Amino acid sequence: MATADWNPLGEIYYKKCEVYSMGWSDIVDISKFEVSAAPYGGPIALLKDESKTARVQVSTKPIITVFTAAGKQISQMRWNSGSIHKMGWSHTEDLLFVQDDGVVLVYDMFLTFKKTFGMGQEAKDVKVIDCKIFSSYQGTGIAVLTSTYRVFIINSVDDPRIRRLAEVPGLSSAPSSWAVINLDRQSRALIAKGSELCLIDQGGQYQVQTPDVSTEVTQFLAMSLSFNNRCLAMFTDKGVIWIGSSDLQKKYCEFNTKSPTPPQQLSWCGAGAVVGLWGNMMLVVGPDKDWINFNFDNPVHLVEEEDGLRIIGKYQHEFLYKVPEVTEKIFKIGSMEPGAMLFEASKEFYKGSQKADEYIRIIKDKLEIAVSQCIEAAGHEIDPAKQKPLLRAAAFGKCFLTDYNPEAYVNMCQMLRVLNQVRNHVIGIPLTYSQLQHLSMPILIDRLVLRKLFYYAVKICQYLKIADAEGASRILAHWACYKVQQKNEDDETIARAINQKLGDTPGISYSDIANHALEEGRPDLATRLLDFEPRAGQQVPLLMKMHKDNIALSKAIESGDTDLVYTVLLHLKESMNQGEFFMAIRNMPIAYALFIQYCRQQNRKLMEDLFYQEDNFQEEGTCKVVNSFNEDRMEDRIEELKLAQACFTKAKNEFAKVQTEEQIKLLKYQQRLEEEMNRPYLNLSLHQTIYRLTLANNHKVAEQLRKEFKVPDRRFWWLKINALGECGDWVELERFSKGKKAPVGMEAFVEVCAKHGNMKEAMKYLVKVSPEQKVKCLVKVGERKKAAETAFENKNEEELSYVLSKCGPSDKQLVDTIREKQEFIIIQQRSGSPSECSAKESTSSSDADHNQLALYHVTCQPHNRGYMVPIGYKCTIYVTCPA
Amino acid sequence: MGSTGHLSNGKLNLNLLRDYYRRELLECLDKCLGSKALVWDDALTGPFGLIAEYSLLKEHEVEKMFPLSDKGLPPSNVQNIIFVTRPKLHLMEQIAQNLLQEEHKGGFRKEYHIIFVPRKSLLCEKKLKESGVYGTLHYIEEFNLSMIPFDSDLMSMEMEGAFKECYLENDYTTMFYVAQSLMTLQFLYGIIPNIQGKGDCAKNVVDMMLRMRRELGGREPQITPQIDNLLILDRNVDLLTPLLSQLTYDGLIDEIFGINNTSVKLPPEKFVSSSQSPEDAPTEKKKIILNSSDELYGELRDKNFNAVGSLVSKKAKTITAEFDERHAAKTVSEMKHFVSKLPHLQQMRQSLSIHTSIAELIKEHTDSEEFLDSLRCQQEFINGLDTDKVNTYVEDCIGKMEPLDKVLRLICIQSYCNNGLKTKVLDYYKREIIQTYGYEHLVTLMNLEKAGLLRQSGQRHYPTIRKSLKLIVDEVNEQNPNDISYVYSGYAPLSIRLAQYHARPGWRSITEVLNLLPGPTIEEIQQIPVALRKRRSSITSSHSSVMDQKVTLVVFLGGVTFAEIAALRFLAQQDDGGTDYVIATTKIISGSTLLDSVMEKLSPVHLNPF
Repeated sequence: MATADWNPLGEIYYKKCEVYSMGWSDIVDISKFEVSAAPYGGPIALLKDESKTARVQVSTKPIITVFTAAGKQISQMRWNSGSIHKMGWSHTEDLLFVQDDGVVLVYDMFLTFKKTFGMGQEAKDVKVIDCKIFSSYQGTGIAVLTSTYRVFIINSVDDPRIRRLAEVPGLSSAPSSWAVINLDRQSRALIAKGSELCLIDQGGQYQVQTPDVSTEVTQFLAMSLSFNNRCLAMFTDKGVIWIGSSDLQKKYCEFNTKSPTPPQQLSWCGAGAVVGLWGNMMLVVGPDKDWINFNFDNPVHLVEEEDGLRIIGKYQHEFLYKVPEVTEKIFKIGSMEPGAMLFEASKEFYKGSQKADEYIRIIKDKLEIAVSQCIEAAGHEIDPAKQKPLLRAAAFGKCFLTDYNPEAYVNMCQMLRVLNQVRNHVIGIPLTYSQLQHLSMPILIDRLVLRKLFYYAVKICQYLKIADAEGASRILAHWACYKVQQKNEDDETIARAINQKLGDTPGISYSDIANHALEEGRPDLATRLLDFEPRAGQQVPLLMKMHKDNIALSKAIESGDTDLVYTVLLHLKESMNQGEFFMAIRNMPIAYALFIQYCRQQNRKLMEDLFYQEDNFQEEGTCKVVNSFNEDRMEDRIEELKLAQACFTKAKNEFAKVQTEEQIKLLKYQQRLEEEMNRPYLNLSLHQTIYRLTLANNHKVAEQLRKEFKVPDRRFWWLKINALGECGDWVELERFSKGKKAPVGMEAFVEVCAKHGNMKEAMKYLVKVSPEQKVKCLVKVGERKKAAETAFENKNEEELSYVLSKCGPSDKQLVDTIREKQEFIIIQQRSGSPSECSAKESTSSSDADHNQLALYHVTCQPHNRGYMVPIGYKCTIYVTCPA
Repeated sequence: MGSTGHLSNGKLNLNLLRDYYRRELLECLDKCLGSKALVWDDALTGPFGLIAEYSLLKEHEVEKMFPLSDKGLPPSNVQNIIFVTRPKLHLMEQIAQNLLQEEHKGGFRKEYHIIFVPRKSLLCEKKLKESGVYGTLHYIEEFNLSMIPFDSDLMSMEMEGAFKECYLENDYTTMFYVAQSLMTLQFLYGIIPNIQGKGDCAKNVVDMMLRMRRELGGREPQITPQIDNLLILDRNVDLLTPLLSQLTYDGLIDEIFGINNTSVKLPPEKFVSSSQSPEDAPTEKKKIILNSSDELYGELRDKNFNAVGSLVSKKAKTITAEFDERHAAKTVSEMKHFVSKLPHLQQMRQSLSIHTSIAELIKEHTDSEEFLDSLRCQQEFINGLDTDKVNTYVEDCIGKMEPLDKVLRLICIQSYCNNGLKTKVLDYYKREIIQTYGYEHLVTLMNLEKAGLLRQSGQRHYPTIRKSLKLIVDEVNEQNPNDISYVYSGYAPLSIRLAQYHARPGWRSITEVLNLLPGPTIEEIQQIPVALRKRRSSITSSHSSVMDQKVTLVVFLGGVTFAEIAALRFLAQQDDGGTDYVIATTKIISGSTLLDSVMEKLSPVHLNPF
C-alpha cells in the first residue's frame, strides 16, 4: 500500500523515508561529534573536540571532517586556530567557524582556507558567548552575543559589515535563548529576558513584547524559527511548546510536553510542524496540538529544509516531510480525484484490462487536471520506482488529449532525471523537487562544480541545453582553475591543455584562471594564460601583480580605459623614483597626457617639473603665467612673469614674450598710478586703465600710456569717445572731435551722445556725418521722419526699409509714408533702371479684394552688400500695383 | 516631470534607454536600506531629472535632497546619506569635508554612500582614502548614466569638457564613456552593422567599441539591429559651423538664453498674465521645458526664425477658429465633439502664448544693431570676402569692449575661412585682445591656437570645401526650405553636408574633400549573425517604402548645435531621403559655450597691500 508509511497529524499526513544508508557507519558515532549540515542536501561537517569529552584535560586541537550527505568523506583536517565556538555553512556551501574572540574563518568544503574577518573590537575584547549563523536576504549572516550581552550582526559573509543592534534594557544576565529574525529585508534579534521577549534592530530601536502564553512562564529555554522566518516555536521552562507567528501577533497553539528539560534540538519540519528531539525520542507537533512520536535506535541530528526535515543518524539518513497535497489526492484510499482515477486506469491498461477504459471515461472532462496531477506527484516522489508509474500514467492520459502542451511533462522528466542523478549516493545531494525549484538549476550546477564534479555538471548542462556561456564553458573555466593546481604537470602542458579545451569559448575568463595559477605560485603559467585574455580590465591588474608593469601599461593604454591607465601609472609612480618614472612615461603620449591631467588638478609643481625635464618651454611658460595670477605680492608676481618671459624666449614665442614684457611694464605703471592717485588700477587691462584715467579726467597720463603701449588709433578713439560719453564731459568730447580726423567717423560721436541720451549734443555732430551714414544716425537720435526723407532723397530702398524696421506702433503715419515711397522706388527700378536688388515676382494673390497686391521677395546678393540686410537675408515687400 | 511619451515617438524607442537607466538607478538605491537623503553634484540634477522624477525616488524612500557644497549637510534624521557625484577630484574634496563635519556633529547614526556617475574612478577613491573618509563609506556604487535621452531623436551626454580634454589635453576619457554608451545602445537596440566616421576621436571611439565587443566574448543580445548605420563625426572636422550664429528657433533660444537639459530659464516679465498686478510679478526666472511633447514647439523649433512669426500667427488663427466652432455647435453631439477637443485646444493656446512671448524676446535681440552687424560680418567671412586683413567691424567691437566671446567667435570664423590668418593679422588681433580684455587671456589665445580654432595661414582648403560641398547657397527659402542651408540663412553646415553625402550618394563620391578635412576616415563593418539580419523586402512590394527607411545614428564628438540638429531633422523629413536620423552627442553647444570650454579662467588674487 502506498499509504502504509503515512503518519496522520490531524488532517494531514507526514511521511518519513530513508534517503541513504550512511557510508560512515563504521567510523562515526554521531553522539560524540558536533554536527553541522548545510541545507539543500549540502555536506555534513563533524567536529570532534576531544578536550570536551576527555576526562583528563588534553590540549589536542579538534579534528574536523566533512562528509557528503550520503556519508562519504570529502575532507578532514586538524584545527590550528583559536577555540571554535560555532560551526556552520554559508549559502555558497562554505564552512564558517566562529571563534570565541569573534574571528570568523571561512573554508570551502575541501577545508581549504578562503578568508577570515572579525566581528569587531568589542567582540574580540569581551568574548563571544553565543552565536547564530542564519540565512539573510543577502546570503548568510552571522550574529554574535558578547559577554556584555550586546549583539553584533553581519548580514552577509561575502561582504562583512558589522552592525550593532540596539541594547536590551536591563539585561543583566545572559538571555535564556535568542534568535535572529529575517523579515522585510531586515535582520532583527529576538532576545528572551525572563518572561519577556525583546525585539532589537539595527536602527537602535527595541520593542518589548510579551507573548500570549496561558501557563506561567519564567523563562523561554529554546526558540526556533521556521525556514521562511514566518513562524516561531518556543519552549518554556514549564515544558510548554508555544507555536505562533514570528511577529508574536498570532498564537497557533500551545502544547504541553510535560518535559522538564528543553529538547536538544527544537526544529521545524517545513513550515507545518515543530519537532523536538530528546535523546532518541522525537516528537512532532502540529499547529492544532496533534502529535506524532518517533523513536530511534541511535542518536540523530536534525537538519531543517524548506519542505521537511532531514534526520541524520549513524546508519541512516532519513527525510521527514508532509505528504504533498497532490500525492495525497492520488494515493489516499478511496480517492475519486481525477489523478487517482488516471493512475488506476494506467495500471489497468498495462495489465491489459478493459477497466482502463472505464476509468478514463469517468474522468473524461478532467483528464487534463489528471495528467498534471500525476506529473506533479511524480516530482514529489523520491524513489525512481515510484516516479515511473506516475509518469507512465501521465503519458497514458496525455494520449487522450488532442491539443495538450507537452512542455510540463518533458520538463518534469528532465528535472527528475537530473534530480535522480544528483541524489545518487556517489554525488550525494538529496534534493527534493521543491527545493530544486527554490534553489534553481544554475545554482545546482554551481554546487556540482564546487564538489569538482565537472563531468557531471557539463553533462547536465548539455542535457538541459543550457547556453555555453552560462553552462559548459563556465564549468570548463572552473575545471581549468582546478587544473592549474595540479603540480605534477609542467606549465607548457597545462597551458596547452587548457587552451585546447577552452579555446575562444565565449564567457571564459582566462584572467581568473591565470590568477589561480599565480596563487599556486606559477607565474609563468599565469603569463601564458593571460595571453589568451581579451579583457584588459582583467588582464592589467594581474600583470601588475606579476610585476610586469610595462606590459600592463601598454595593455591599459590599448584598452582606452583611463581609469586602468591611472591604476598602472600611480602604481609606477609609487614604485620608482621620479626621474625613472618620467623616463618611463615619456614615450607613451597617452600615459604622459593623462599624468599631466592628474598633476594639473593635484600637483602643479610636478607638472612644471615634467615640462622642464621635457624642454617644453611653451607649456612651462604657461604654467608660470598661471602661477603669477595666484601670487598675492607684487614682487613675486613680477618674478613669475619674468620666469615666464624667459621660458617664452626659449620657446621662440616672440609674441608671448613681448606681451609678458608689456604686462610687467603695465603692472609697474598701475602700481605707481595707484600710489599717486589712490584709486584702484591694478588687475585692469591696459584698455580699462586708460579708460579709467580718461574718466578721471587724467588725459595726460592716458595719452602717455597710449604712446607707450602703441594703442591703435581706431581703438583709442572708441575708448575716448565712450569714456567721455560715460562721464558726460561734452566739452572735452567736442574738443576731441575737432582734433585729428576721427578714424571711426563722426557717427561714433552721434552714437555715444544718443546712447547717453544727449540728443542736443548728438545733433552737433550729425551735420558732419558722411552722407551714407546719415540715415542710420538720424534714426539713432530718434529723427525717424527726417531719416525717411533723407533715404528717399538718396533713392535708397534699403535705407527706407531700415527706417521702417525701426518704426514702432506709434509711427503709423510714418510707416504708411515710407511704404508709399518704397513702392515708388521699386517701380522706378522695375521700369528700366538697373536694379540694385534682384527683385522678382513670387506670388500674386488671385483674391479679388487684394488683386492690387503683389508680393515681391528681395534677396540681397553678395555682390551688392546692403547695409542693413545681411546677405541671403530676405525682406518681403508689399506693393500696390498701379491699376 | 511631464509624461515621457515623446521619447517613444521616434524611429528608435528611446524610452527603452530611459527605462534601462531607471532600473539601474533603483538597483543602486535599493542596496541601502531605510530612509535616504541624496546629496547632489549640481551638474547631475538636470540629467537625473530626465531619468527619474522625484515621486519615483520617494517610492524608494528618498526623503530629502541637498546640493553638494562646502557648507556641509543640513541636519536630517534619515538613515542613509547618498552622495551622487561625477568622478571629479574637486567634488571628492567637498564630500570629504562634508563627511568630516558630520563626524564632528555626531547625533543620529547614519550610513554614508557614494554613487559615481557614470563610473567609479580610482583617482577619486584614492583621494577619499587620502582624506581619511573612505572607511566611513558603506557602499561605493557606480551608475552608468551617460547617454541621456532628451527627445525622441536626441541624446546628449552633457559633458561640456569633452572638446577641451580631447583636443587640448589629449585626455580621451570622455571618448571611453562614448564607446561605453554606444555599447549600451547596441545592447538595447542591437549591433549596428555599418560604422563610418571622420576624425581622430572618432577613430578612437570606433577602436574601443570594436574592442569592447571582443571583450564581451559573444555575450551580446540577440536582437535584430534597429540602427543600420553609425556615423561618428569629430567636432574638429567642422569647427566653423558652431561658431556661426544659429538662426533657427531653438538655436536662437540657446544662443541668447541657454538651454540646459531641455529646459530654458527666461526673464519673467513677458510671462505675467494680465490679471496679475505688477507688484506681485514674479522675480524668479521662468523655467520652460522644451521638448517635442509640446506639439507647437515640435513644429517651431527647427524653423528659421524668420518663418516662426508667420507660423505662430497661422496657428493662432486656426485655434481661434476652432474655439469659434462652439458657436456653430448646435446639436448635443456637436457640442460633445467640441468639448472633447477642449483640453487639447486649451493646451495649444497656452503653449501658443508661451512661444509668442519667447519669439518676442528673441526678436528684441535679432533686431538689435549688434546682432545684425555681427551676422553681416559672419556672412562676409564665410563668403570669403576680405578675410585676409584686419576687419574693421571686429576692431570696432574690441574698441567698444563688446563681450569677448563675440569677438573671439568672429576672429575664429575669419581664421577658418581664410585657412588661418597671416602672422601679422593674427598677432594684431591677439595684441588687441590682450590690451583690451587683459593679459590673462594670453593662455586662452594659446588654447585656441592649440585647438585649431585660431591658426597661422596654411593650405587653402576652405574655398575647395566650400565649393565642392556647396556650403554657400544663395537662394534660400526660409519659409519652406528645400535645403539644409536654411538653418544659417544661406550657409549649409559642413558637418550635416557630410551626413547628407554619407546617406546619398555615399562618402566615396567626396573622397577628395574628406582628405582635406583633419583626421582619418573610418569605415568598419560589424558582422551580424544571419538569423538576426534584417529581412530584405522584395522589390515588388512598393508599399513598404516607409519600413525600408534606414536609421542612422549620428554621433557628434565634442558637441553639436541646435541648428545642426535642425538640419539633420530636415534631412530625415525629406521624402527621398530614405534615412531617419537619431542624434547623440557629448554636449549640445553653441559658439559661446564651445569657446567658453576652451577658455582658461584666470582671475588674479587680490594683492596683499603689505
